[in-house]
Amino acid sequence: MRESTIMKIHYGTALAAVALVAVHILMRLTQGFAESLEYENVLANYKFIPYAGMLELILILLSVHGFNGLRVILLELKQGRIYEKAVSYGSLTAMIVLIAYGSRTIIMTNMGMV
Amino acid sequence: MTQDEHKEGIKGMANPRRYGIERVAYWLMRLTGLGLLAYFIGHIYETSNILRGQVGWDEFLELTQTTEGHAILAIVIAMCVFHTVNGIRVMLGHGGIGVGKPARPDYPYDPASQNYRHKIGIYSAIVLAGIAMLYGLAVMFGE
Amino acid sequence: MAQVSGIADEKTSTPLSSSNTIILRISRFNPTHDDSSQFMEFTVPYERWTTVLEAILDVKKHFDHSVAVRYSCRQATCGSCGMMINGKPKLACFTKISELNSNVVTVEPMNNFPIIRDLAVKFERLFDTHQKIKPYLIRDDSELESDEREFLQSPEEVEQYIQFANCIKCGLCNSACPTMATDSSFVGPQALAQAYRYVADSRDKGKDSRLKIIDDSHGIWRCHFAGSCSQVCPKGVDPAMGIQLLRGYLLGFRS
Repeated sequence: MRESTIMKIHYGTALAAVALVAVHILMRLTQGFAESLEYENVLANYKFIPYAGMLELILILLSVHGFNGLRVILLELKQGRIYEKAVSYGSLTAMIVLIAYGSRTIIMTNMGMV
Repeated sequence: MTQDEHKEGIKGMANPRRYGIERVAYWLMRLTGLGLLAYFIGHIYETSNILRGQVGWDEFLELTQTTEGHAILAIVIAMCVFHTVNGIRVMLGHGGIGVGKPARPDYPYDPASQNYRHKIGIYSAIVLAGIAMLYGLAVMFGE
Repeated sequence: MAQVSGIADEKTSTPLSSSNTIILRISRFNPTHDDSSQFMEFTVPYERWTTVLEAILDVKKHFDHSVAVRYSCRQATCGSCGMMINGKPKLACFTKISELNSNVVTVEPMNNFPIIRDLAVKFERLFDTHQKIKPYLIRDDSELESDEREFLQSPEEVEQYIQFANCIKCGLCNSACPTMATDSSFVGPQALAQAYRYVADSRDKGKDSRLKIIDDSHGIWRCHFAGSCSQVCPKGVDPAMGIQLLRGYLLGFRS
């Protein structure tokens, strides 16, 4: 993938994540912070499909943005064909693992498998 | 990095001094980015405790709803706000917005791209991060 | 016959008006037989107008002639005398001791350039990255024929790129850049600014080929707008501005 395409994705995920994370944080504030973290309220959030969908989207956007940022920092620290390939594929793997792990939580909770 | 290349290395990249507030912003952007990534990974792990039911979730809350937990979250709030606001400033800069127009340089050769617009953006990011942190602390410790 | 026991005293026609002195710390390093650099200190007199280069040449003349330093024009035109002065990359001929506001002036070779000896550094990487971005006009009709005229440009078209044409290849920007501090493959602010100089030149038709060269994992995208390059540029080239304007082409803001 061209670097310009990767960076456009980096910028796009950043802008999209800003809006969605703002909603996620506001949800914690509208109910009262401590109350919003109680088990029943959190479960209700996960079971509400639009909110669960938003969480899934945040997970994907921030994983892509965060691990691409880490990839950029690591690429600048050291160079070499093998190292750069390892960093790129390692970041991609970490991204996929985190998305899979987080999606597992969201899907299982949404389906009532707690 | 070998002696032959005489590269400054990480200490040069990570040194925020010598070159003005823009270099400080670059350094803070990296620091907050890494901090937020670490928090994000931790957050995905800790919220997976919901799968352990009421008992598991309450156990996790006992760990995080503490003074230390709130302090860490306040720092995360500050990092998040700075990274977001400065990130928007940097994105605008990357698009050529606010970097000035090419013109024939004249002594003392002040760079047009290091202008008050971007400096205000950086200071705003820092101030907003501070305000957000204080608001977060008020919300968390106020209850 | 009188015996000369030391260096002859310099006979000046005008007496020095000031007895100010500073301590000049010069980094000494010879890669052929030194493991690391060391500082040698010299007490040097200076006037309000004395430049760092003049102080170094004073040291060469009166104390240690083996200090290696590159210089030429003494008027910030050639870009030869770039070095770290009190921790920041500057041209030695363009930096007055009095403006440093310090009793101690430390000079070291520029960061991110391999050292030849003492204050002289190798410029091969800068020349290579500069060459990589094709620093010349690219046109289909570049073979001049007998009835060819000059390529016409309006004053407004010249204003679009003339600032970036002021680059004297001193390397201070590459020395200040935080990405250059760790990334051996980064193209560097000097080359990127020169890429924009040619892309912005209305006579040039090689925009696409240059954009393809810099659209790389160690190209323009490793610039993060820290702006240190523009802070240190002695000619007002403002490489950071050029790089961000160049990025606009890749992001689709400019065509």
